[in-house]
Amino acid sequence: MDDLIPLLPKLWQASYETLYIVGLSLLFGGIGGLILGLGLYTTRSNSLFANRPVFGVLNVLVNVFRPIPFIIFLAAAQPLARFVTGTGIGNTAIIFTLSLAAAFGISRIVEQNLLTVQPGVIEAARSVGASRSRIMLTLLIPEALGPLILGYTFIVVALVDMSAVAGYVGGGGLGTFAIQYGYRQFHPVVTWAAVLVIIVIVQLVQFLGNYLARKALRR
Amino acid sequence: MPLISLRDVTKSYPPSQRGGPVVNAVEGVNLDIDAGDIYGIIGYSGAGKSTLVRLINALEQASSGSIVVDGDEVTTMKEGELRRLRLGIGMVFQQFNLFNSKTVAGNVAYPLEVAKTKRADIAPRVAELLDFVGLADKARNYPEQLSGGQKQRVGIARALATSPRILLADEATSALDPETTHEVLDLLTRVNTEFGVTIVVITHEMDVIQTLATKVAVMDGGRIVEQGDVFDVFSKPTEASSRRFVSTVVRGVPSGAELVALRQRHPGRIVTFSFRDGNTSQGPVFLALAEAGVAFELIYGGINDIQGRVFGHLTLALTADGDAIDRALAAISPQVDVTEAPNHG
Repeated sequence: MDDLIPLLPKLWQASYETLYIVGLSLLFGGIGGLILGLGLYTTRSNSLFANRPVFGVLNVLVNVFRPIPFIIFLAAAQPLARFVTGTGIGNTAIIFTLSLAAAFGISRIVEQNLLTVQPGVIEAARSVGASRSRIMLTLLIPEALGPLILGYTFIVVALVDMSAVAGYVGGGGLGTFAIQYGYRQFHPVVTWAAVLVIIVIVQLVQFLGNYLARKALRR
Repeated sequence: MPLISLRDVTKSYPPSQRGGPVVNAVEGVNLDIDAGDIYGIIGYSGAGKSTLVRLINALEQASSGSIVVDGDEVTTMKEGELRRLRLGIGMVFQQFNLFNSKTVAGNVAYPLEVAKTKRADIAPRVAELLDFVGLADKARNYPEQLSGGQKQRVGIARALATSPRILLADEATSALDPETTHEVLDLLTRVNTEFGVTIVVITHEMDVIQTLATKVAVMDGGRIVEQGDVFDVFSKPTEASSRRFVSTVVRGVPSGAELVALRQRHPGRIVTFSFRDGNTSQGPVFLALAEAGVAFELIYGGINDIQGRVFGHLTLALTADGDAIDRALAAISPQVDVTEAPNHG
């Protein structure tokens, strides 16, 4: 315990940085994944904007990038991060790369959950003369909102996991804290303190996600 | 001029496997539906009737042929024109297809929002429609809180929101129990009589046609094999598939196993009298039998009422001495159709 107490300010700082990295990655990756997922869903055959070539390209794109282990992706995408954000290191770079990786993962979750919407519901909306983009925005997303919220909750937990390797490119957060002050300094209590904070964050996120999904599903 | 007119319409789908045959869901269909009709289209599943009805509001695009709705050719319309067309054609579905994320009122309001109805006009119109379908008290409920019949009434209210001239009902009662079915059929009848909406009803249940429709087309293998007034098709079906449908609600001339069973139970000659033209009465038949001294027993058949016209088939077992039966049948046959079952059926 004596090892931990002087480090507490750094622990709170690290917790804040994890929330900052995860929050912004969720925002950018979430929006990107929603757009990509809508693209996958609406271009598949018999869907609103059925377009085989576009679907094929999106599908391959997602399949290529999604399975890359994040720690490798972080290194591989560093030039791109530098090009877009002006820096290849630190929290800004990690937020960029994390958002990009998350967008590919989220796109599949969005696609899967949109597929649960009954095609008949879409047909009913078309039968009253609704335009395709109106159906997408005013019907498709609300109809799938409950499962979408649960999917995004799942992603937040995954983002907390992925953000832990931020230290490799000079980023902060709880992962960096646990490695730097716990593992490298032979202070298991410090490592476990970081683990505890992560558990609390994940529990709170899951609780909030379940609550919102329940409200959306009215059950 | 008919309100809906289909000429030589075909809808084909590409083969499901490479090199397989092209599937013609609808083939060479000609159909005229007049304003104010309740037009039934009956067929078994896979007969192409659901595809046919979707050609009318262009949810499916015809492969060839001409479809004219209210004077406008549908097959050449662009997306924007199609959206305007669909505002004038309501549709109800077998599985209701309500929007689960919206309340009952929200479901009914949706077509009005699409039609860019003024916000202030939407609520009164929704209330009026829910009142019409008898669900005024359910406005704030969500679809999952409703029974099947209630859901379909919401579906009907939603389909009527923009005051369309045409309502397409795709197996609207097939997911409902018999009692609820009749509630919904009554409601559809009111839609026709009170608002003058032309209704196209797709079904595989002859009972629905009998209760609701004024005209009927029988579909089989993508083609319309028989069409006309419901009474004519019911009383004188000419195609095998029409006869099968009619036999589900009307007992016709007994044959096969039924006839064998009847013969085992009843001695004498088995004769079916068919009343087909809607105004022949049964009285003279029984009078002629009685006058000739023929003992008769009613063993099979039934009498139906279609739009106030009576038809049906009555099968009697006749016993008498000498040629009394022949004399009686000779007297009756000019008035009604007489079919005698063969002795060794």
